[in-house]
Amino acid sequence: MSAVLPHGHADDHAHDHAHDHPHGWRRWVFATNHKDIGTLYLLFSLTMFMFGGVLALGIRAELFQPGLQVVNPELFNQLTTMHGLIMVFGAIMPAFVGFANWMIPLQVGAADMAFARMNNFSFWLLIPAGLMLIGSFFMPGGAPAAGWTLYAPLTLQMGPSMDAGIFAMHILGASSIMGSINIIVTILNMRAPGMTLMKMPMFAWTWLITAYLLIAVMPVLAGAITMTLTDRHFGTSFFNPAGGGDPVMYQHIFWFFGHPEVYIMILPAFGIISHVVPAFARKRLFGYTSMVYATSSIAILSFIVWAHHMFTTGMPVTGQLFFMYATMLIAVPTAVKIFNWIATMWRGSMTFETPMLFAVGFIFVFTMGGFTGLILAVAPVDIQLQDTYYVVAHFHYVLVAGSLYAMFSGYYYWAPKWTGVMYSEARGKIHFWGSLIFFNITFFPMHFLGLAGMPRRYADYPMQFADFNAIASVGAFGFGLMQVYFIVAIVIPGMLGKGEKAPQKPWDGAEGLEWEVPSPAPFHTFETPPKLNAAATRIVG
Amino acid sequence: MMKTNNALSRAANAARRQVARAALGAAALLVSTTAAAVNSLPGGPAVNQLDLHPPVTSIAASQQSLHYIVMGICVVIFVAVFGVMFYSIFKHRRSKGAKPADFHESTTVEIVWTTVPFLIVIAMALPATKVVVAMKDTTNADLTIKATGYQWKWGYDYLKGEGEGIAFLSTLDNTHRLASDSGKPEPMDNYLLKVDNPLVVPVDQKVRIITTANDVIHAWMVPSLGVKQDAIPGFVRDTWFKAEKTGDYYGQCAELCGKEHAYMPIHVKVVSQEDYAAWVAEQKKAMSAKADDPSKVWALDALVARGQQVYAANCAACHQADGKGLGPIKPVDGSPIVLDADKAKQIAIMLNGAANGAMPAWKQLSDTELAAVITYTKNSWSNATGQIVQPADIVAARP
Repeated sequence: MSAVLPHGHADDHAHDHAHDHPHGWRRWVFATNHKDIGTLYLLFSLTMFMFGGVLALGIRAELFQPGLQVVNPELFNQLTTMHGLIMVFGAIMPAFVGFANWMIPLQVGAADMAFARMNNFSFWLLIPAGLMLIGSFFMPGGAPAAGWTLYAPLTLQMGPSMDAGIFAMHILGASSIMGSINIIVTILNMRAPGMTLMKMPMFAWTWLITAYLLIAVMPVLAGAITMTLTDRHFGTSFFNPAGGGDPVMYQHIFWFFGHPEVYIMILPAFGIISHVVPAFARKRLFGYTSMVYATSSIAILSFIVWAHHMFTTGMPVTGQLFFMYATMLIAVPTAVKIFNWIATMWRGSMTFETPMLFAVGFIFVFTMGGFTGLILAVAPVDIQLQDTYYVVAHFHYVLVAGSLYAMFSGYYYWAPKWTGVMYSEARGKIHFWGSLIFFNITFFPMHFLGLAGMPRRYADYPMQFADFNAIASVGAFGFGLMQVYFIVAIVIPGMLGKGEKAPQKPWDGAEGLEWEVPSPAPFHTFETPPKLNAAATRIVG
Repeated sequence: MMKTNNALSRAANAARRQVARAALGAAALLVSTTAAAVNSLPGGPAVNQLDLHPPVTSIAASQQSLHYIVMGICVVIFVAVFGVMFYSIFKHRRSKGAKPADFHESTTVEIVWTTVPFLIVIAMALPATKVVVAMKDTTNADLTIKATGYQWKWGYDYLKGEGEGIAFLSTLDNTHRLASDSGKPEPMDNYLLKVDNPLVVPVDQKVRIITTANDVIHAWMVPSLGVKQDAIPGFVRDTWFKAEKTGDYYGQCAELCGKEHAYMPIHVKVVSQEDYAAWVAEQKKAMSAKADDPSKVWALDALVARGQQVYAANCAACHQADGKGLGPIKPVDGSPIVLDADKAKQIAIMLNGAANGAMPAWKQLSDTELAAVITYTKNSWSNATGQIVQPADIVAARP
């Protein structure tokens, strides 16, 4: 992100003078450099994250007390829907692509992404999609309000913004597919000589698997929403029961996409954690091979568990049993990963800088989300908990404490390489502890609300639920403030180049080719393939 | 005796609430006193409830014990695994002089910790399988009732068994809906859970609930009975319960169904066999008395008075009591369709819905009710057409 600076870094320019590239706004609009595009992705997702967060605060403000004070039920449904869509498709997914753009070429010793111009296109597609999502609030009838899952036939009752939403999803899907192709080709074709697949950094591994998942399921989502579109406008009846369609078929198709999607949002997080924990334990990752196999198993299993989202639709006994067993099976490779991280810490020599704090926070809190997932997998228990706040608590434990915390961990870990300056450790710790505490204040009480039967997506609720809702709302505003603090006290100073100058390798236990280039990483790296040591972690000669 | 017991248990409840509230800490005290002002609702949510509802059916009881088992296993593993992690975090840190070890794999350990979780999930799956099979067995029901989800109310049809033929709609008490809109609802124990007509079923009888829906997907949920079943338009699904205790049990719609999703509660009244027989008799009598003769010709005032009730129960939630509509909901007051001399236009909209179902079809209302509500709207607020729509007009217009 040092690149955001208009001046400075004369050495970069000296280094780059043979490779002229556009300056000013052209540098960004016509960007083909993986680092610039990574920066763009990260800034875009940060913006969408803040917007989605504001929507979440709208929800929590309304739920602070029983009765409708802030929004009406229509707007409330729009808020929950758009919060979900924006956070999933606008914040988490592009953020991980941003990490991939920045780090994968550096980690595998490639000069850039394989398809630099397609890379530019897949980023710039995000902008119209993002604008359309946000703009849908200002369309007649307001934003889509059918939930982020866009279940038919409720989607058939939505106003024109539904079409804008579908179009935006299509564009985001196309962008994701292009990004995935780019990542796969980069990883498979452009690794430095000597870096075999089984010596590749875990982040590249998890992204390779994630990219295959994306290519497999984004077209499925595109199919589901296209059928919704033709049901709405062109007289088809795929999901419209009035014409002989089947609304449950929509759910099957959606969740065939949706469950792998869950892993798309968490596997790269596993990759980041698998770098941070060894770096700060000063000890190699335990069970690298089993990590790779566990990640692949999770990816494969993710295709055969989708209907556990649909236990209450009324499927046959055998269906419920199959999806219950398959879902519970995912606990095994996930447990292996947790054990491997803890074994990596075991008898290490640990220090707890902010990246490590977020990594440990991730392992601890994400595991709670994993356990509630196991509880939800038990079909009879799920009958009680399906569509209640328990589910809301569960997926925020895995998506906020999981994906988001891993990204914070990755940010603190790699930002010195991006910006060339160290963040303030004290501020990082404030951000961590504030986020951790407020996160739990927000989402822990939701387990109780769900057990007590409070349905999700409710604008108003029986008064017995009032105290826990009030606590959750207070926590949510605290969590929101901590993220504003993150931007103001950490991201912006980093982008402005304020802070102690970062050494080439700020973490003494870190391994990998990204630490073999100076901080900030020069505009072009690995223009000729580097010669690697036997472990493919260092450049020799 | 009963009274003292009640008083005692109320006192005990109050005391428990005090403790719970204190435990919730400063945050709760600072931010909210609403839950403090209401009592737990037996059969519905308790104040600051921490667990599943007290089960009233064998299925709900097995769900609860399954939850305890799985939860217990999870807590044990959690404590063990993170015990190890935090031990390591405190012991193996550089500030304590720890030197990093060099191991980074161990096939034995890795096989063990892959196998053990596998065995644990099998141990969880076995008892769960039994409950799944029991849960799905809807055969040999004593009473079969169809629950139809409408935007936004429930319709109940007693299809088979004692009470066959009884049918009614069950809607949230409109005062609760208005209280919600007011933004400052008075403390009510059954806030958003009070309906006009609860579903009445006999105790100790197997009741099969067939669910379907008229417009979008809804879900029929009653936690105490251990039941949640999606109601899907165009399809029927079923579930069952056999309540072991008389009482009132509450639930809500559990699948997002549009703007009034939070306002279509479910109230199941489980009564003794005798009370049930008496209720059925009373319903049958009321039905035959209430059955409107669709060929009756009504006078304007009588029809308007009847229509006002129909409007309040079905239309006011969206179109508002003053007929002015709200946001995207069109006003009825002054509507060109309502004022049109051609009665057929409004009748068609009432029977078929409009705006892609945003205005639902109301064909499930009786001919007299439809005639009454149309006549009411044509002669209320600023609308003064003087037109009368008779039940016979509706009969003629029905397809």
